[in-house]
Amino acid sequence: MTLYDKLWEQHRVMELEDGATLLYIDRHLVHEVTSPQAFEGLRLAGRKIWRAGRILAVEDHIVPTTADREMHDPAAIEQIQALRDNCAQADIALYRLGDARQGIVHVTGPEQGACLPGMSIVCGDSHTSTNGALGALAFGIGTSEVECVLATQCLPMHKAQNMRVQVEGNFGPGVGAKDLALALIGRMGTAGGTGHVIEYAGSAVRGLDMEGRMTLCNMSIESGARAGMVAVDDVTVDYVRGRPLAPTGAAWEAAVDAWRQLVPDPGAHFAREFCMDARTLAPQLTWGTNPEMVVSIHDRVPDPAELPQGPQRTHMQHALEYMGLAPGTPMQELRPDKVFIGSCTNARIADLRAAAQVVQGRRVAANIRQAMVVPGSVPVRLQAEQEGLAQLFVDAGFEWREPGCSMCLGMNPDRLQPGERCASTSNRNFEGRQGRGGRTHLLSPAMAAAAAVAGHFVDVREFL
Amino acid sequence: MPASAVTRFSACVAPLDRPNVDTDAIVPKQYLKSIRRTGFGAVLFDEWRYLDAGEPGDDHGKRRQNPDFVLNQSRYRNARILLTRENFGCGSSREHAVWALQEYGFRAVVAPSFADIFATNADNNGLLLIRLEVAVVESLFAGVQAQQGYSLTVDVSQQRLVDPAGHEHSFALDAVVRRRLLHGLDRIGEILRHREVIRAYEQRRSVQVPWLFPDAT
Repeated sequence: MTLYDKLWEQHRVMELEDGATLLYIDRHLVHEVTSPQAFEGLRLAGRKIWRAGRILAVEDHIVPTTADREMHDPAAIEQIQALRDNCAQADIALYRLGDARQGIVHVTGPEQGACLPGMSIVCGDSHTSTNGALGALAFGIGTSEVECVLATQCLPMHKAQNMRVQVEGNFGPGVGAKDLALALIGRMGTAGGTGHVIEYAGSAVRGLDMEGRMTLCNMSIESGARAGMVAVDDVTVDYVRGRPLAPTGAAWEAAVDAWRQLVPDPGAHFAREFCMDARTLAPQLTWGTNPEMVVSIHDRVPDPAELPQGPQRTHMQHALEYMGLAPGTPMQELRPDKVFIGSCTNARIADLRAAAQVVQGRRVAANIRQAMVVPGSVPVRLQAEQEGLAQLFVDAGFEWREPGCSMCLGMNPDRLQPGERCASTSNRNFEGRQGRGGRTHLLSPAMAAAAAVAGHFVDVREFL
Repeated sequence: MPASAVTRFSACVAPLDRPNVDTDAIVPKQYLKSIRRTGFGAVLFDEWRYLDAGEPGDDHGKRRQNPDFVLNQSRYRNARILLTRENFGCGSSREHAVWALQEYGFRAVVAPSFADIFATNADNNGLLLIRLEVAVVESLFAGVQAQQGYSLTVDVSQQRLVDPAGHEHSFALDAVVRRRLLHGLDRIGEILRHREVIRAYEQRRSVQVPWLFPDAT
């Protein structure tokens, strides 16, 4: 059996008459944006929350990241209030603004031990796949499904196909999980993983720390995969040990014994296999309007004329037009207006360390209008301040912000203006994602930091 | 929420000739601050449909429409079927995308493929997704271009799409989705009929793997 097979079997409650499997959900993460209609649906149907203790709510998507944390947008205030009311009425744990545990839901869940190896984890958020790094089955759901999980703690599902992504070799310096994730999506395509659950394996994946594994699993959805996961090993166990909600004492020993089984059996069958070599991987960045439109830093903006006449060529032309790019331009000549280091993809302590290493002793270039670092959670922020990273960023000219989703999706005041080009460590470069007319280039935290100090995209390896 | 039953209908088709249409494009972020399921039809494809920027609470009827966008062209004004390319609905899990398509008036979306979360959301709301071979979709695009008022007939019970020339294309439908479209469905209510099975599972797991259930506090 694959790891996904094992997790699926463990969470199977029953087979429904209509052919779907009823799957039990161990942890339900909730945030303000995709939950209000689900709670309302429950009320309208006169139904109760099945088990409030399995739910953890956080405020992250629309919260301000400025120091005063003051909300001015009436719609945002109403939405936050709805979450607070819904959680209070149902006795659901909520990490509000001001709570020492508040952060981006997929940073906070693993950080607090609310998400553990072996769990089934859902959230009304596509990047729930992040949590698969723990050796868990974690996937995003819609609001109707949020309502279903609130009411039953279960979801009717059809099993996805197994896919293994095998990555061997050691990454070169300055290259890591984000470059791998982007390169994979570039090769698989944005729909390459549709209908599949990806298990990431191989020596390169084993060599990643938990933060790197979370980055990799986070981006699974950008290849269309339902979930991504990594088998449990010492790295997993060491990460979970001592987390506030992790088991302790004898329960810890029993848990670790069980978690050690969360690996694929030898000879497990995967419907699809995909192999990559980490050794030859260069830093990656996107040029277009979806995450498969990606190149290496030494490449040029692609030329639609090299594609045959047809929808793909038209699509590339659309993307170049939106991005304001001329075919053949070296990627290193592009100059961002803003730099955003943050999001559930890349706002953990290891991400900030990697960026700070590049920034140390340097200044944000004069052409950069705004460079901001938005830590993924309050604990990440505090740790970065203790380690002196925050000061490095501030000294270099970065804004040091409070935790939240921020400019990844621009639901709070952190947005791009029309035409602005952004070096962003987030996960989506869709049209308008970071603000109407905004032009997003996805890259790693180290590459974003290098772009900030150089004033143009550049190979971070020149700064190490 | 059970959807109203659908069996057979004919409707005009609007062609959205782009692959990988993401849910950010279907409903931009600023409108997701709503706590309601309604009000998204007017902002469907907002950044393509309007030339000016929109915010929640705006009178969208007064905004400047983009005359080049397909839904703003008079021949597609009454379209109730959206024809598009592969991987429609990729990206964010926002169910608002489905609510927006339905409130605008779309009853079905025809494409070679859909993203997984979007497809589940559509199924749960009774928005019919019709998956057809790339070549068939290509022929429908050609038909829409060639003929003003091009319409398709959808027969859910027969799982069949009929074009104006009388060509029939069968499509697959999941049994649950079909039942929901034809009869309406309260899936949560059905699951709750098995509450004792769920409780027994919880009981079993709490003995087997007690460490897996830390109550969030």
